[in-house]
Amino acid sequence: MHQSTSVRRSDYRALEATDRLFLWIVYGAAGFFILLVVLLFLQLLHGSELSLKAFGLKFLWTSEWNPVASRFGALPLIFGTVASSLIAIVLAGIVGIFGATYLADFAPKRIDRILSFAIELLAAVPSVVYGLWGLFVLAPLMRDHIGPSLQRVLGFLPLFSGPIYGVGLLTAGMILALMILPTVTAISRDVIVAVPREQREGSMALGATRWETITRIVLPAARAGIFGALVLALGRALGETIATTMVIGNRPEIAASLFAPSYTLSSVIANEFTEATTDVYISALVELGLLLFVVSFVVNGLARIMMGTLFRRRG
Amino acid sequence: MTRRRFTSAGGVFLTGACAGVSAIVLLFLLGYVALQGAHALNLAFLTQLPKPVGERGGGVANGIVGSMIIVGIATLIATPIGVLTGAFIALFARGIVAETVRFLADVLSGIPSITIGLFAYTLLVAPLKHFSAVSASFAFAVLMLPVIIRTSEQAILSVPIAIREGALALGLSVYTSTTHIVLAAARPAIVTGLLLAVARITGETAPLLFTAFGSQFWELNPTNPMAELSLQVFTYAISPYQSWHEQAWAGALVLIFAVFALNLVARFAWSRKTGIPGPGR
Repeated sequence: MHQSTSVRRSDYRALEATDRLFLWIVYGAAGFFILLVVLLFLQLLHGSELSLKAFGLKFLWTSEWNPVASRFGALPLIFGTVASSLIAIVLAGIVGIFGATYLADFAPKRIDRILSFAIELLAAVPSVVYGLWGLFVLAPLMRDHIGPSLQRVLGFLPLFSGPIYGVGLLTAGMILALMILPTVTAISRDVIVAVPREQREGSMALGATRWETITRIVLPAARAGIFGALVLALGRALGETIATTMVIGNRPEIAASLFAPSYTLSSVIANEFTEATTDVYISALVELGLLLFVVSFVVNGLARIMMGTLFRRRG
Repeated sequence: MTRRRFTSAGGVFLTGACAGVSAIVLLFLLGYVALQGAHALNLAFLTQLPKPVGERGGGVANGIVGSMIIVGIATLIATPIGVLTGAFIALFARGIVAETVRFLADVLSGIPSITIGLFAYTLLVAPLKHFSAVSASFAFAVLMLPVIIRTSEQAILSVPIAIREGALALGLSVYTSTTHIVLAAARPAIVTGLLLAVARITGETAPLLFTAFGSQFWELNPTNPMAELSLQVFTYAISPYQSWHEQAWAGALVLIFAVFALNLVARFAWSRKTGIPGPGR
Protein backbone atom coordinates (compact mmCIF):
# COMPACT_ATOMS: atom_id res chain seq x y z
CA MET A 1 0.00 0.00 0.00
CA HIS A 2 2.74 2.46 0.87
CA GLN A 3 4.67 3.82 -2.03
CA SER A 4 6.87 6.36 -0.34
CA THR A 5 10.40 6.72 -1.52
CA SER A 6 12.09 9.46 0.38
CA VAL A 7 14.81 11.24 -1.51
CA ARG A 8 18.27 10.72 -0.08
CA ARG A 9 20.99 13.30 -0.46
CA SER A 10 22.83 11.14 -3.00
CA ASP A 11 19.69 10.90 -5.08
CA TYR A 12 19.08 14.61 -4.81
CA ARG A 13 22.50 15.47 -6.24
CA ALA A 14 21.84 13.20 -9.17
CA LEU A 15 18.61 14.90 -10.10
CA GLU A 16 18.16 17.54 -12.72
CA ALA A 17 17.01 21.05 -12.01
CA THR A 18 13.34 20.44 -12.83
CA ASP A 19 13.21 17.52 -10.47
CA ARG A 20 14.93 19.42 -7.70
CA LEU A 21 12.50 22.30 -8.15
CA PHE A 22 9.58 19.91 -8.16
CA LEU A 23 10.72 18.25 -4.93
CA TRP A 24 11.20 21.65 -3.35
CA ILE A 25 7.62 22.50 -4.27
CA VAL A 26 6.20 19.26 -2.95
CA TYR A 27 8.18 19.35 0.28
CA GLY A 28 7.37 23.03 0.51
CA ALA A 29 3.63 22.44 0.28
CA ALA A 30 3.76 19.94 3.12
CA GLY A 31 5.98 22.23 5.14
CA PHE A 32 3.60 25.10 4.48
CA PHE A 33 0.75 23.00 5.80
CA ILE A 34 2.61 22.11 8.98
CA LEU A 35 3.54 25.75 9.51
CA LEU A 36 -0.08 26.76 8.93
CA VAL A 37 -1.30 24.59 11.77
CA VAL A 38 1.46 25.85 14.04
CA LEU A 39 0.66 29.42 13.02
CA LEU A 40 -2.98 28.83 13.91
CA PHE A 41 -2.01 27.95 17.45
CA LEU A 42 0.45 30.84 17.73
CA GLN A 43 -2.04 33.40 16.42
CA LEU A 44 -4.63 32.28 18.94
CA LEU A 45 -2.01 32.49 21.68
CA HIS A 46 -0.91 35.93 20.54
CA GLY A 47 -4.48 37.21 20.35
CA SER A 48 -5.21 35.98 23.87
CA GLU A 49 -2.18 37.70 25.38
CA LEU A 50 -4.03 40.70 26.78
CA SER A 51 -6.65 38.52 28.37
CA LEU A 52 -4.13 36.00 29.69
CA LYS A 53 -2.15 38.80 31.32
CA ALA A 54 -5.26 40.44 32.76
CA PHE A 55 -6.99 37.37 34.16
CA GLY A 56 -4.48 34.55 34.18
CA LEU A 57 -5.66 31.07 35.06
CA LYS A 58 -8.52 32.45 37.15
CA PHE A 59 -10.23 33.00 33.82
CA LEU A 60 -11.16 29.35 33.80
CA TRP A 61 -13.07 29.34 37.05
CA THR A 62 -14.42 32.88 37.29
CA SER A 63 -18.15 32.73 36.83
CA GLU A 64 -18.76 36.29 35.77
CA TRP A 65 -18.92 37.18 32.09
CA ASN A 66 -19.46 40.91 32.26
CA PRO A 67 -18.38 42.82 29.14
CA VAL A 68 -19.67 46.11 30.49
CA ALA A 69 -17.51 46.01 33.61
CA SER A 70 -14.70 44.34 31.64
CA ARG A 71 -14.70 41.32 33.95
CA PHE A 72 -14.42 38.10 31.99
CA GLY A 73 -14.69 34.59 33.32
CA ALA A 74 -15.15 31.48 31.24
CA LEU A 75 -16.83 29.21 33.79
CA PRO A 76 -20.47 29.74 32.70
CA LEU A 77 -19.41 29.17 29.10
CA ILE A 78 -17.45 26.04 29.93
CA PHE A 79 -20.46 24.82 31.88
CA GLY A 80 -22.84 25.46 28.98
CA THR A 81 -20.53 23.83 26.49
CA VAL A 82 -19.92 20.74 28.60
CA ALA A 83 -23.55 20.38 29.72
CA SER A 84 -25.07 20.71 26.26
CA SER A 85 -22.49 18.33 24.81
CA LEU A 86 -23.07 15.78 27.57
CA ILE A 87 -26.82 15.83 26.95
CA ALA A 88 -26.09 15.36 23.26
CA ILE A 89 -23.72 12.45 23.86
CA VAL A 90 -26.17 10.66 26.14
CA LEU A 91 -29.08 11.05 23.72
CA ALA A 92 -27.13 10.37 20.54
CA GLY A 93 -25.13 7.62 22.21
CA ILE A 94 -28.16 5.59 23.18
CA VAL A 95 -30.07 6.02 19.94
CA GLY A 96 -26.91 5.80 17.83
CA ILE A 97 -25.42 2.65 19.33
CA PHE A 98 -28.77 0.87 19.34
CA GLY A 99 -29.40 1.95 15.78
CA ALA A 100 -25.92 0.89 14.74
CA THR A 101 -26.49 -2.50 16.32
CA TYR A 102 -29.61 -2.94 14.25
CA LEU A 103 -27.90 -1.85 11.04
CA ALA A 104 -24.88 -4.05 11.65
CA ASP A 105 -26.45 -7.26 12.85
CA PHE A 106 -30.21 -7.36 12.55
CA ALA A 107 -31.09 -5.54 9.38
CA PRO A 108 -31.22 -7.12 5.94
CA LYS A 109 -28.49 -5.74 3.67
CA ARG A 110 -30.85 -3.55 1.62
CA ILE A 111 -32.41 -1.91 4.63
CA ASP A 112 -28.96 -1.41 6.09
CA ARG A 113 -27.83 0.39 2.95
CA ILE A 114 -30.90 2.60 2.71
CA LEU A 115 -31.00 3.57 6.38
CA SER A 116 -27.25 4.10 6.59
CA PHE A 117 -27.43 6.34 3.57
CA ALA A 118 -30.30 8.35 5.04
CA ILE A 119 -28.54 8.76 8.35
CA GLU A 120 -25.30 9.83 6.69
CA LEU A 121 -27.21 12.41 4.71
CA LEU A 122 -28.20 13.89 8.07
CA ALA A 123 -24.56 14.73 8.53
CA ALA A 124 -24.58 16.83 5.38
CA VAL A 125 -27.33 19.17 6.55
CA PRO A 126 -25.81 22.59 7.22
CA SER A 127 -25.68 23.68 10.83
CA VAL A 128 -27.76 26.79 10.19
CA VAL A 129 -30.65 24.65 8.94
CA TYR A 130 -30.59 22.65 12.15
CA GLY A 131 -30.61 25.91 14.05
CA LEU A 132 -33.51 27.21 12.01
CA TRP A 133 -35.51 24.07 12.69
CA GLY A 134 -34.56 24.14 16.35
CA LEU A 135 -35.54 27.77 16.74
CA PHE A 136 -38.89 27.62 14.96
CA VAL A 137 -40.01 24.05 15.53
CA LEU A 138 -38.27 22.45 18.50
CA ALA A 139 -38.21 25.48 20.79
CA PRO A 140 -41.96 26.13 20.61
CA LEU A 141 -42.53 22.38 21.00
CA MET A 142 -40.33 22.40 24.08
CA ARG A 143 -42.06 25.44 25.50
CA ASP A 144 -45.61 24.25 24.87
CA HIS A 145 -45.49 20.47 25.17
CA ILE A 146 -42.27 18.70 26.01
CA GLY A 147 -41.22 21.05 28.82
CA PRO A 148 -44.50 21.13 30.71
CA SER A 149 -44.87 17.35 30.41
CA LEU A 150 -41.38 16.79 31.78
CA GLN A 151 -42.02 19.26 34.54
CA ARG A 152 -45.28 17.57 35.49
CA VAL A 153 -43.56 14.24 35.96
CA LEU A 154 -40.07 15.20 37.10
CA GLY A 155 -40.56 18.76 38.32
CA PHE A 156 -39.48 17.87 41.84
CA LEU A 157 -35.92 17.53 40.57
CA PRO A 158 -33.97 20.79 40.30
CA LEU A 159 -32.97 19.59 36.84
CA PHE A 160 -36.49 20.15 35.60
CA SER A 161 -37.49 23.14 37.65
CA GLY A 162 -37.89 26.76 36.70
CA PRO A 163 -39.54 28.62 33.85
CA ILE A 164 -39.59 27.02 30.42
CA TYR A 165 -38.62 29.42 27.68
CA GLY A 166 -38.34 26.95 24.86
CA VAL A 167 -34.76 27.82 24.14
CA GLY A 168 -32.27 26.57 26.66
CA LEU A 169 -29.81 23.89 27.60
CA LEU A 170 -32.06 20.91 26.89
CA THR A 171 -33.16 22.19 23.48
CA ALA A 172 -29.55 22.85 22.53
CA GLY A 173 -28.59 19.39 23.75
CA MET A 174 -31.30 17.81 21.64
CA ILE A 175 -30.29 19.66 18.47
CA LEU A 176 -26.65 18.75 19.11
CA ALA A 177 -27.69 15.13 19.58
CA LEU A 178 -29.32 15.22 16.14
CA MET A 179 -26.18 16.65 14.63
CA ILE A 180 -23.78 14.09 16.08
CA LEU A 181 -26.13 11.11 15.63
CA PRO A 182 -24.81 10.26 12.14
CA THR A 183 -21.25 10.20 13.43
CA VAL A 184 -22.05 7.90 16.32
CA THR A 185 -24.22 5.60 14.22
CA ALA A 186 -21.91 5.32 11.22
CA ILE A 187 -18.71 4.68 13.16
CA SER A 188 -20.36 2.33 15.66
CA ARG A 189 -21.83 0.39 12.79
CA ASP A 190 -18.41 0.00 11.18
CA VAL A 191 -16.87 -1.08 14.45
CA ILE A 192 -19.59 -3.64 15.16
CA VAL A 193 -19.38 -5.04 11.64
CA ALA A 194 -15.66 -5.49 12.17
CA VAL A 195 -16.14 -7.89 15.09
CA PRO A 196 -15.19 -11.32 13.68
CA ARG A 197 -18.04 -13.53 12.56
CA GLU A 198 -16.67 -16.46 14.52
CA GLN A 199 -17.52 -14.71 17.77
CA ARG A 200 -21.16 -14.40 16.80
CA GLU A 201 -21.36 -17.88 15.37
CA GLY A 202 -19.73 -19.40 18.43
CA SER A 203 -22.17 -17.62 20.68
CA MET A 204 -25.20 -18.69 18.67
CA ALA A 205 -23.86 -22.25 18.50
CA LEU A 206 -23.77 -22.29 22.28
CA GLY A 207 -27.45 -21.42 22.31
CA ALA A 208 -27.51 -17.67 22.90
CA THR A 209 -30.27 -15.60 21.35
CA ARG A 210 -29.40 -12.83 18.92
CA TRP A 211 -29.90 -10.18 21.58
CA GLU A 212 -27.70 -12.05 24.07
CA THR A 213 -25.03 -12.42 21.42
CA ILE A 214 -25.09 -8.72 20.77
CA THR A 215 -25.10 -7.53 24.34
CA ARG A 216 -22.71 -10.08 25.83
CA ILE A 217 -20.28 -10.82 23.00
CA VAL A 218 -20.34 -8.34 20.13
CA LEU A 219 -20.79 -5.01 21.88
CA PRO A 220 -18.15 -5.69 24.53
CA ALA A 221 -15.75 -6.64 21.74
CA ALA A 222 -16.54 -3.40 19.93
CA ARG A 223 -16.28 -1.38 23.11
CA ALA A 224 -13.07 0.47 22.29
CA GLY A 225 -14.13 1.60 18.85
CA ILE A 226 -17.56 2.66 20.02
CA PHE A 227 -16.00 4.66 22.79
CA GLY A 228 -13.75 6.30 20.21
CA ALA A 229 -16.82 7.15 18.17
CA LEU A 230 -18.41 8.78 21.19
CA VAL A 231 -15.27 10.80 21.89
CA LEU A 232 -15.15 11.96 18.29
CA ALA A 233 -18.81 12.92 18.42
CA LEU A 234 -18.14 14.77 21.67
CA GLY A 235 -15.46 16.77 19.89
CA ARG A 236 -17.97 17.76 17.23
CA ALA A 237 -20.57 18.74 19.80
CA LEU A 238 -18.12 20.85 21.80
CA GLY A 239 -17.26 22.98 18.79
CA GLU A 240 -20.66 23.35 17.20
CA THR A 241 -21.51 27.02 16.91
CA ILE A 242 -24.38 28.16 14.75
CA ALA A 243 -27.12 25.72 15.72
CA THR A 244 -26.25 26.13 19.40
CA THR A 245 -26.28 29.92 19.17
CA MET A 246 -29.79 29.86 17.81
CA VAL A 247 -31.35 27.70 20.49
CA ILE A 248 -29.37 28.01 23.68
CA GLY A 249 -30.74 31.28 24.96
CA ASN A 250 -27.47 33.16 25.19
CA ARG A 251 -27.31 33.79 28.93
CA PRO A 252 -23.89 33.44 30.55
CA GLU A 253 -25.12 31.98 33.82
CA ILE A 254 -24.81 28.63 35.48
CA ALA A 255 -28.20 27.25 36.42
CA ALA A 256 -29.37 23.91 37.73
CA SER A 257 -32.32 23.53 35.42
CA LEU A 258 -32.16 21.98 31.97
CA PHE A 259 -34.77 24.45 30.83
CA ALA A 260 -32.62 27.46 31.69
CA PRO A 261 -30.94 29.47 28.96
CA SER A 262 -27.22 28.95 28.80
CA TYR A 263 -24.22 29.93 26.72
CA THR A 264 -21.40 28.05 25.06
CA LEU A 265 -17.80 28.98 24.29
CA SER A 266 -18.45 29.06 20.55
CA SER A 267 -21.79 30.88 20.84
CA VAL A 268 -20.35 33.73 22.79
CA ILE A 269 -17.63 34.20 20.18
CA ALA A 270 -20.21 34.12 17.40
CA ASN A 271 -22.51 36.58 19.09
CA GLU A 272 -20.15 39.06 20.63
CA PHE A 273 -17.04 39.15 18.49
CA THR A 274 -18.22 41.77 16.04
CA GLU A 275 -19.56 43.84 18.91
CA ALA A 276 -16.52 43.65 21.16
CA THR A 277 -15.54 47.18 21.96
CA THR A 278 -12.35 47.00 23.95
CA ASP A 279 -9.09 45.23 23.21
CA VAL A 280 -9.32 43.11 26.34
CA TYR A 281 -12.84 42.08 25.32
CA ILE A 282 -11.59 40.87 21.94
CA SER A 283 -8.66 39.22 23.64
CA ALA A 284 -10.95 37.39 26.06
CA LEU A 285 -12.97 36.09 23.12
CA VAL A 286 -9.83 34.94 21.31
CA GLU A 287 -8.79 33.21 24.52
CA LEU A 288 -12.09 31.32 24.39
CA GLY A 289 -11.15 30.34 20.86
CA LEU A 290 -7.79 29.15 22.15
CA LEU A 291 -9.58 27.11 24.80
CA LEU A 292 -11.75 25.56 22.10
CA PHE A 293 -8.65 24.77 20.07
CA VAL A 294 -6.87 23.07 22.95
CA VAL A 295 -9.92 21.08 24.00
CA SER A 296 -10.72 19.86 20.49
CA PHE A 297 -7.03 19.09 19.88
CA VAL A 298 -6.99 16.84 22.93
CA VAL A 299 -10.37 15.26 22.27
CA ASN A 300 -9.67 14.56 18.61
CA GLY A 301 -6.20 13.30 19.40
CA LEU A 302 -7.75 10.90 21.91
CA ALA A 303 -10.38 9.78 19.41
CA ARG A 304 -7.73 9.20 16.77
CA ILE A 305 -5.68 7.04 19.12
CA MET A 306 -8.74 5.07 20.14
CA MET A 307 -10.07 4.52 16.68
CA GLY A 308 -6.92 3.89 14.69
CA THR A 309 -7.42 3.56 10.95
CA LEU A 310 -11.16 3.93 11.33
CA PHE A 311 -10.61 7.60 12.07
CA ARG A 312 -9.22 8.33 8.63
CA ARG A 313 -12.09 6.61 6.92
CA ARG A 314 -14.87 8.13 8.91
CA GLY A 315 -13.51 10.99 10.96
CA MET B 1 -36.65 -20.20 27.04
CA THR B 2 -39.52 -18.18 25.58
CA ARG B 3 -38.64 -15.26 27.83
CA ARG B 4 -35.17 -15.07 26.31
CA ARG B 5 -36.61 -15.25 22.83
CA PHE B 6 -39.08 -12.55 23.73
CA THR B 7 -36.29 -10.31 25.04
CA SER B 8 -34.34 -10.92 21.87
CA ALA B 9 -37.26 -9.99 19.67
CA GLY B 10 -37.83 -6.93 21.82
CA GLY B 11 -34.19 -6.00 21.40
CA VAL B 12 -34.37 -6.29 17.65
CA PHE B 13 -37.46 -4.12 17.65
CA LEU B 14 -35.91 -1.51 19.94
CA THR B 15 -32.74 -1.18 17.93
CA GLY B 16 -34.70 -1.16 14.70
CA ALA B 17 -36.82 1.63 16.08
CA CYS B 18 -33.71 3.63 16.87
CA ALA B 19 -32.34 3.18 13.39
CA GLY B 20 -35.69 3.92 11.83
CA VAL B 21 -36.27 7.01 13.93
CA SER B 22 -32.88 8.36 12.97
CA ALA B 23 -33.67 8.07 9.30
CA ILE B 24 -37.22 9.36 9.70
CA VAL B 25 -36.00 12.47 11.49
CA LEU B 26 -34.04 13.35 8.38
CA LEU B 27 -37.06 12.99 6.16
CA PHE B 28 -39.12 15.02 8.58
CA LEU B 29 -36.54 17.77 8.76
CA LEU B 30 -36.16 17.95 4.99
CA GLY B 31 -39.88 17.84 4.49
CA TYR B 32 -40.43 20.62 6.94
CA VAL B 33 -37.83 22.86 5.33
CA ALA B 34 -39.26 22.09 1.91
CA LEU B 35 -42.77 22.90 3.07
CA GLN B 36 -41.84 26.16 4.74
CA GLY B 37 -39.32 27.17 2.15
CA ALA B 38 -41.50 26.51 -0.86
CA HIS B 39 -43.71 29.46 0.06
CA ALA B 40 -41.08 32.09 -0.42
CA LEU B 41 -38.98 30.28 -2.98
CA ASN B 42 -39.49 31.74 -6.43
CA LEU B 43 -37.47 33.18 -9.26
CA ALA B 44 -37.50 36.63 -7.69
CA PHE B 45 -36.02 35.18 -4.53
CA LEU B 46 -33.11 33.77 -6.46
CA THR B 47 -32.43 36.80 -8.60
CA GLN B 48 -33.11 39.87 -6.51
CA LEU B 49 -31.13 41.72 -3.91
CA PRO B 50 -32.39 41.86 -0.33
CA LYS B 51 -34.98 44.55 0.22
CA PRO B 52 -35.19 46.67 3.38
CA VAL B 53 -37.41 45.28 6.10
CA GLY B 54 -41.02 46.14 5.53
CA GLU B 55 -40.84 46.04 1.76
CA ARG B 56 -42.25 42.88 0.23
CA GLY B 57 -40.07 40.68 -1.85
CA GLY B 58 -36.37 40.75 -2.22
CA GLY B 59 -34.06 37.83 -2.51
CA VAL B 60 -30.69 36.32 -1.87
CA ALA B 61 -29.10 36.66 -5.29
CA ASN B 62 -26.03 38.40 -3.88
CA GLY B 63 -25.69 35.63 -1.32
CA ILE B 64 -25.74 32.92 -3.96
CA VAL B 65 -23.16 34.71 -6.08
CA GLY B 66 -21.10 35.54 -3.01
CA SER B 67 -21.10 31.93 -1.88
CA MET B 68 -19.83 30.83 -5.26
CA ILE B 69 -17.07 33.42 -5.24
CA ILE B 70 -15.94 32.65 -1.70
CA VAL B 71 -16.01 28.89 -2.24
CA GLY B 72 -14.30 29.29 -5.59
CA ILE B 73 -11.39 31.28 -4.21
CA ALA B 74 -11.11 28.90 -1.27
CA THR B 75 -10.84 25.97 -3.67
CA LEU B 76 -8.14 27.79 -5.64
CA ILE B 77 -6.13 28.31 -2.47
CA ALA B 78 -6.60 24.90 -0.94
CA THR B 79 -6.22 22.66 -4.00
CA PRO B 80 -2.51 23.11 -4.81
CA ILE B 81 -1.40 22.92 -1.19
CA GLY B 82 -3.69 20.04 -0.38
CA VAL B 83 -3.00 17.88 -3.42
CA LEU B 84 0.76 18.41 -3.20
CA THR B 85 0.77 17.61 0.51
CA GLY B 86 -1.27 14.49 -0.22
CA ALA B 87 1.25 13.55 -2.89
CA PHE B 88 4.01 14.21 -0.39
CA ILE B 89 2.73 11.77 2.20
CA ALA B 90 1.74 9.21 -0.40
CA LEU B 91 4.92 9.24 -2.44
CA PHE B 92 7.81 10.98 -0.77
CA ALA B 93 7.54 10.92 2.96
CA ARG B 94 8.13 8.08 5.34
CA GLY B 95 7.73 7.27 9.00
CA ILE B 96 7.52 10.11 11.47
CA VAL B 97 7.26 12.92 8.93
CA ALA B 98 4.31 11.38 7.11
CA GLU B 99 2.68 10.49 10.42
CA THR B 100 3.06 14.05 11.66
CA VAL B 101 1.38 15.50 8.60
CA ARG B 102 -1.43 12.95 8.84
CA PHE B 103 -1.87 13.66 12.52
CA LEU B 104 -2.00 17.41 11.98
CA ALA B 105 -4.49 16.99 9.16
CA ASP B 106 -6.71 14.78 11.32
CA VAL B 107 -6.53 17.17 14.25
CA LEU B 108 -7.21 20.17 12.04
CA SER B 109 -10.34 18.49 10.73
CA GLY B 110 -11.73 18.52 14.25
CA ILE B 111 -11.01 22.13 15.15
CA PRO B 112 -14.26 24.11 15.42
CA SER B 113 -14.81 26.27 12.37
CA ILE B 114 -15.30 29.38 14.48
CA THR B 115 -11.76 29.06 15.79
CA ILE B 116 -10.54 28.92 12.20
CA GLY B 117 -12.62 32.03 11.58
CA LEU B 118 -10.76 33.70 14.43
CA PHE B 119 -7.51 32.64 12.81
CA ALA B 120 -8.51 34.22 9.52
CA TYR B 121 -9.60 37.32 11.41
CA THR B 122 -6.27 37.78 13.17
CA LEU B 123 -4.35 37.21 9.93
CA LEU B 124 -6.38 38.99 7.30
CA VAL B 125 -9.01 41.19 8.87
CA ALA B 126 -7.47 42.83 11.89
CA PRO B 127 -4.18 43.93 10.26
CA LEU B 128 -5.94 45.25 7.17
CA LYS B 129 -8.82 46.68 9.21
CA HIS B 130 -11.20 45.42 6.59
CA PHE B 131 -13.69 42.61 6.36
CA SER B 132 -13.25 40.77 3.08
CA ALA B 133 -14.37 37.77 1.12
CA VAL B 134 -10.74 36.69 0.78
CA SER B 135 -10.41 36.24 4.53
CA ALA B 136 -13.52 34.06 4.42
CA SER B 137 -12.01 32.09 1.55
CA PHE B 138 -8.85 31.65 3.58
CA ALA B 139 -10.84 30.26 6.51
CA PHE B 140 -12.70 27.94 4.15
CA ALA B 141 -9.44 26.85 2.56
CA VAL B 142 -8.07 25.86 5.97
CA LEU B 143 -11.24 23.84 6.53
CA MET B 144 -10.89 22.14 3.15
CA LEU B 145 -7.22 21.22 3.53
CA PRO B 146 -7.63 18.14 5.75
CA VAL B 147 -10.23 16.67 3.41
CA ILE B 148 -8.14 17.34 0.31
CA ILE B 149 -4.96 15.99 1.89
CA ARG B 150 -6.68 12.85 3.06
CA THR B 151 -8.53 12.14 -0.16
CA SER B 152 -5.55 12.98 -2.39
CA GLU B 153 -3.39 10.59 -0.43
CA GLN B 154 -5.94 7.82 -0.76
CA ALA B 155 -6.46 8.61 -4.44
CA ILE B 156 -2.75 8.44 -5.18
CA LEU B 157 -2.27 5.28 -3.14
CA SER B 158 -5.04 3.61 -5.11
CA VAL B 159 -2.94 3.94 -8.27
CA PRO B 160 -1.00 0.67 -8.58
CA ILE B 161 2.63 1.10 -7.65
CA ALA B 162 3.64 -0.65 -10.84
CA ILE B 163 2.60 2.40 -12.83
CA ARG B 164 4.94 4.68 -10.93
CA GLU B 165 7.76 2.17 -10.98
CA GLY B 166 7.27 1.56 -14.68
CA ALA B 167 7.47 5.26 -15.44
CA LEU B 168 10.62 5.69 -13.39
CA ALA B 169 12.13 2.55 -14.89
CA LEU B 170 11.58 3.96 -18.36
CA GLY B 171 13.70 6.92 -17.38
CA LEU B 172 11.06 9.56 -16.82
CA SER B 173 12.02 12.25 -14.35
CA VAL B 174 10.49 12.37 -10.89
CA TYR B 175 8.49 15.40 -11.94
CA THR B 176 7.10 13.81 -15.09
CA SER B 177 6.34 10.47 -13.52
CA THR B 178 4.61 12.08 -10.58
CA THR B 179 2.53 14.67 -12.40
CA HIS B 180 1.94 13.23 -15.84
CA ILE B 181 1.61 9.61 -14.86
CA VAL B 182 0.63 9.07 -11.23
CA LEU B 183 -1.37 12.23 -10.57
CA ALA B 184 -3.00 11.93 -13.97
CA ALA B 185 -4.08 8.40 -13.13
CA ALA B 186 -5.40 9.54 -9.76
CA ARG B 187 -7.05 12.63 -11.19
CA PRO B 188 -10.69 11.46 -11.18
CA ALA B 189 -10.42 10.44 -7.56
CA ILE B 190 -8.60 13.65 -6.63
CA VAL B 191 -11.31 15.72 -8.30
CA THR B 192 -13.94 13.78 -6.39
CA GLY B 193 -11.99 14.51 -3.23
CA LEU B 194 -12.14 18.20 -4.11
CA LEU B 195 -15.89 17.88 -4.50
CA LEU B 196 -16.07 16.35 -1.04
CA ALA B 197 -14.04 19.26 0.33
CA VAL B 198 -16.40 21.74 -1.29
CA ALA B 199 -19.34 19.83 0.16
CA ARG B 200 -17.64 20.10 3.55
CA ILE B 201 -17.58 23.87 3.53
CA THR B 202 -20.83 24.65 1.75
CA GLY B 203 -23.25 25.69 4.41
CA GLU B 204 -20.58 26.59 6.96
CA THR B 205 -21.55 29.83 8.58
CA ALA B 206 -19.49 30.42 11.71
CA PRO B 207 -16.21 31.55 10.12
CA LEU B 208 -18.06 34.05 7.97
CA LEU B 209 -19.41 36.05 10.88
CA PHE B 210 -16.29 38.13 11.18
CA THR B 211 -14.52 37.56 7.91
CA ALA B 212 -16.92 38.07 5.01
CA PHE B 213 -19.33 39.84 7.35
CA GLY B 214 -22.14 39.98 4.78
CA SER B 215 -23.50 42.67 2.55
CA GLN B 216 -26.78 44.03 1.24
CA PHE B 217 -25.47 44.76 -2.21
CA TRP B 218 -23.94 43.21 -5.25
CA GLU B 219 -20.27 42.63 -4.59
CA LEU B 220 -17.79 41.09 -6.95
CA ASN B 221 -14.62 42.44 -5.40
CA PRO B 222 -13.19 39.77 -3.12
CA THR B 223 -11.35 42.33 -1.00
CA ASN B 224 -14.66 43.73 0.20
CA PRO B 225 -17.21 42.27 2.60
CA MET B 226 -19.49 39.95 0.71
CA ALA B 227 -22.90 38.36 1.17
CA GLU B 228 -23.07 34.61 1.61
CA LEU B 229 -26.13 32.43 1.52
CA SER B 230 -25.78 30.56 4.83
CA LEU B 231 -24.85 33.81 6.56
CA GLN B 232 -27.98 35.45 5.18
CA VAL B 233 -30.11 32.55 6.37
CA PHE B 234 -28.60 32.94 9.83
CA THR B 235 -29.13 36.70 9.92
CA TYR B 236 -32.72 36.40 8.74
CA ALA B 237 -33.48 33.59 11.17
CA ILE B 238 -32.42 35.44 14.30
CA SER B 239 -34.12 38.67 13.23
CA PRO B 240 -37.50 39.63 14.66
CA TYR B 241 -39.23 40.02 11.30
CA GLN B 242 -41.72 37.49 9.99
CA SER B 243 -41.00 38.21 6.33
CA TRP B 244 -37.31 37.59 6.97
CA HIS B 245 -38.14 34.31 8.70
CA GLU B 246 -39.93 33.15 5.57
CA GLN B 247 -36.93 34.08 3.48
CA ALA B 248 -34.71 32.20 5.91
CA TRP B 249 -36.66 29.02 5.20
CA ALA B 250 -36.42 29.54 1.47
CA GLY B 251 -32.71 30.20 1.75
CA ALA B 252 -32.33 27.06 3.85
CA LEU B 253 -34.07 25.08 1.13
CA VAL B 254 -31.65 26.39 -1.50
CA LEU B 255 -28.75 25.55 0.82
CA ILE B 256 -29.97 22.02 1.33
CA PHE B 257 -30.38 21.52 -2.42
CA ALA B 258 -26.84 22.65 -3.05
CA VAL B 259 -25.27 20.71 -0.18
CA PHE B 260 -27.16 17.50 -0.90
CA ALA B 261 -26.44 17.62 -4.60
CA LEU B 262 -22.73 18.10 -3.89
CA ASN B 263 -22.63 15.41 -1.23
CA LEU B 264 -24.56 12.85 -3.25
CA VAL B 265 -22.47 13.29 -6.37
CA ALA B 266 -19.21 13.42 -4.45
CA ARG B 267 -19.83 10.44 -2.19
CA PHE B 268 -21.21 8.27 -4.93
CA ALA B 269 -18.31 9.09 -7.23
CA TRP B 270 -15.80 8.57 -4.42
CA SER B 271 -16.93 5.10 -3.47
CA ARG B 272 -17.14 4.18 -7.14
CA LYS B 273 -13.65 5.38 -7.96
CA THR B 274 -11.73 4.22 -4.94
CA GLY B 275 -13.80 1.50 -3.31
CA ILE B 276 -13.35 3.18 0.05
CA PRO B 277 -16.66 3.72 1.88
CA GLY B 278 -15.99 7.42 2.24
CA PRO B 279 -14.04 10.00 4.19
CA GLY B 280 -17.21 11.05 5.93
CA ARG B 281 -17.50 14.35 7.61
